[in-house]
Amino acid sequence: MLRYLLGRLGMAALVALTVSVISFGLIYMAGDPAVALAGENATPEIIAQIRAQHGYDRPIAVQYLDWLAHALRGDFGVSPYFKIEVATLIADRLRITMTLGVLGISFALLVGVPMGVLAAMRPNSMIDRAALFIAVVGQAIPSFWFGLILIVLFAVNLGWLPASGADSWKGFVLPTIVLGYYATPAIMRLTRTGMIEVLGSDYIRTARAKGVPPRKILFKHALRNAVIPVVSLAAVQMGFMLGGSIVTESVFALHGAGYLAWQSISRNDLPTMQALILIFSLFYIIFTFLADALNAWLDPRLRD
Amino acid sequence: MAAPILSITDLTVDLPRGGDRPHAVEGLSLEVAPGEIVCIVGESGSGKSITSFATMSLLPRSLKVSSGRILFEGRDILTLSESEHAKLRGHRMAMIFQEPMTALNPCYTVGDQIEEVFLSHTDMPKAERKAKTIALLEEVRMPDPPRIHASYPHQLSGGQRQRIVIAMALALNPSLLIADEPTTALDVTTQAQILAMFRDLRKTRGAGIMLVTHDFDVVAEVADKVVVMQKGRVVEQGTAEEVLNRPRHPYTRQLIDAVPRRQAEVTQDVSGRPVVLRVEGLEKIYRVPASFGRAAREVAALKPASFELREGETLGIVGESGSGKTTLVRAMLRLIDPSGGQVFVDGRDIASAQRSSLRSLRRDIQIVFQDPYGSLNPRRTIGDQLVEGPVNFGMSRSEAMKRARELVRIVRLEEEALSRYPNQFSGGQRQRLCIARALMVEPKILVADEAVSALDVSVQKEVLRLLAEIRDRMGLSMLFITHDLRVAAQVSDHVIVMSKGEIVERGPIAQVFNDPQHAYTRQLLAAMPGQGWEVPDISTLPPVSA
Repeated sequence: MLRYLLGRLGMAALVALTVSVISFGLIYMAGDPAVALAGENATPEIIAQIRAQHGYDRPIAVQYLDWLAHALRGDFGVSPYFKIEVATLIADRLRITMTLGVLGISFALLVGVPMGVLAAMRPNSMIDRAALFIAVVGQAIPSFWFGLILIVLFAVNLGWLPASGADSWKGFVLPTIVLGYYATPAIMRLTRTGMIEVLGSDYIRTARAKGVPPRKILFKHALRNAVIPVVSLAAVQMGFMLGGSIVTESVFALHGAGYLAWQSISRNDLPTMQALILIFSLFYIIFTFLADALNAWLDPRLRD
Repeated sequence: MAAPILSITDLTVDLPRGGDRPHAVEGLSLEVAPGEIVCIVGESGSGKSITSFATMSLLPRSLKVSSGRILFEGRDILTLSESEHAKLRGHRMAMIFQEPMTALNPCYTVGDQIEEVFLSHTDMPKAERKAKTIALLEEVRMPDPPRIHASYPHQLSGGQRQRIVIAMALALNPSLLIADEPTTALDVTTQAQILAMFRDLRKTRGAGIMLVTHDFDVVAEVADKVVVMQKGRVVEQGTAEEVLNRPRHPYTRQLIDAVPRRQAEVTQDVSGRPVVLRVEGLEKIYRVPASFGRAAREVAALKPASFELREGETLGIVGESGSGKTTLVRAMLRLIDPSGGQVFVDGRDIASAQRSSLRSLRRDIQIVFQDPYGSLNPRRTIGDQLVEGPVNFGMSRSEAMKRARELVRIVRLEEEALSRYPNQFSGGQRQRLCIARALMVEPKILVADEAVSALDVSVQKEVLRLLAEIRDRMGLSMLFITHDLRVAAQVSDHVIVMSKGEIVERGPIAQVFNDPQHAYTRQLLAAMPGQGWEVPDISTLPPVSA
């Protein structure tokens, strides 16, 4: 188990390193950064001055290591657009996005897994059909439209929940549903397929033959085997929610990291973009690692 | 005699509409007494497994018992609710399944899975459950029970897993034990140990055992009573002695007649004939690269092997799973790259040939695999699949079609089979089609890799006879790979015995079987079930009407 986890950890570290190189390289992919900073009417002398001032005249490897050393300490420089420390800026925004992401994936799992199990217990029954219907609708509705519908219904007409803002927990209810609902169908379908396959397997028959009560067969023997692929899927979706919650954040006027990413791209705010790319990727890597660890705990075959 | 534990009367199980017959089991009656082993024999589809599942109330949802009674210890279990029946299962009646590789949950230790039986039926404290489980592991002769207790299924071999399932079944001393083909997936030596265990159980525990099998040798080895089933009906039942030696029903006679004899029917002297295939020092070594804290290792899947195959000869290669016989064939055909050695066909070396020239070399050696279901593409007609080979080698389609029609007749199917799809044929017919496909490119050598292992005995007999006939008619040489010693004895002229990647014995079939030199060969022969039983000569029995 330990050896497996160490191996995975080593792999994760290598991926993280690769990502850091790419996000650093962004500066140069967009052209000469000194020219961009100097503005349109700059003289060659001013450009050279800026280049020296920002250290862009040093060898690329030195610049990268310098940037990485600062990044590791949480120092991503100052945002030229927002005029504040990138780290402070992101920390603030990330809190909202993380809250939303965790709530969203929890919603998706809490709805998707039980629905998948119920559907699998009686394939082609009314429950199965209903679950399928909910899943198809979830996949088909664009999330901005679904968000607007919820706002009209619960905020405007019924007045139960606020339409926007992150001032209290109430502001997160509708965005959680929108974000979570989008991830639910895939989780539900995968749970259903997994459960149907597992329930037909020989070891479930063995468990029945030893007289294990049906409820225990379902939860102890079947579910554990069936959720293994769901765990991997949930990790990917969680990563996707962090970077891809931009639509939901816009609809509910939550100024999270997704919204910040959009802002920094449209303002050509390189330090913020670099930091966000690095952080989003690191989250992806961490979630994948956690999912691998969880799966190794669930399935002993993965450990050897 | 003691009152029966299990008494099934007039049991009928319906098949879903659209099946090939209305009932899976029809009007079945049988009894199992304490301390008795009752064998249910029949070919695939005879309803023998359905009978055992119905008794355990484990029938799939699509199958329903429509009439009859199953009295177990005096209670009709068909009238019990699911939860009442669950209380009997694992406690008073227990079952052992055919496929040990998939019968255990991969996520839990085997100790945990055995303890679950105690957990479900008793309120035994944890320490006692564990102690009992360790004792059970000892009883089924597992090495180092505490270590096995903490092992996961994937860390155990098939034979060991089957013992775990048996330990589970024995945990609470059931009065009825149902075993559905418990040894079919196991090697012959493991099979012998497990059958011996059944005989002991009957004596020491006094349980009634219902054993479902297709193998008459297993019946001869353990049965007290035999029930023969065909297409859902019981055609004959009686004591083992009666049914095995004086079968009355024509179907039973046909089955017994199809059991391969321990002696070859005809052996030929091939010593003077030209050599068509010469294998010299062929070996395959797998290198396991170093990883975190583990040094690199070398595993010899095949130690240097040499042999010759002469024209018109059938060479049997026998061995248990993991003995290296499949690796040998694969390396020989360059399906995997050998680590060393030569394979000469017509003086050309396959082992060192360029990949581009392999195609024409492979044409001389064709192979028929074990699984006739997976070997044919389900979406293409038989004709298309048959002509593909020769057309690839440059024959015109019309000429290839002509040859296909001829070969389909040779394997005794109708010409119209060519325009049909694989799912319209039975397993035996498919295997004949696979043989026809292999023969399409006029090979010099035919390799049969467990080609009859998946077939019922009567079908097996037909296919074996067909292979011998084709060999003689076309002057083919055959390599016959099998784990079944009886089959090997029946078809081979010479035989090679393999163990742990090595050839341990070779020679003419009669010599190896009657006077084995190597300890492993002796052990293998001794493990064959049904030694005390000589297959009766059906033609000397009185006519069926008697």
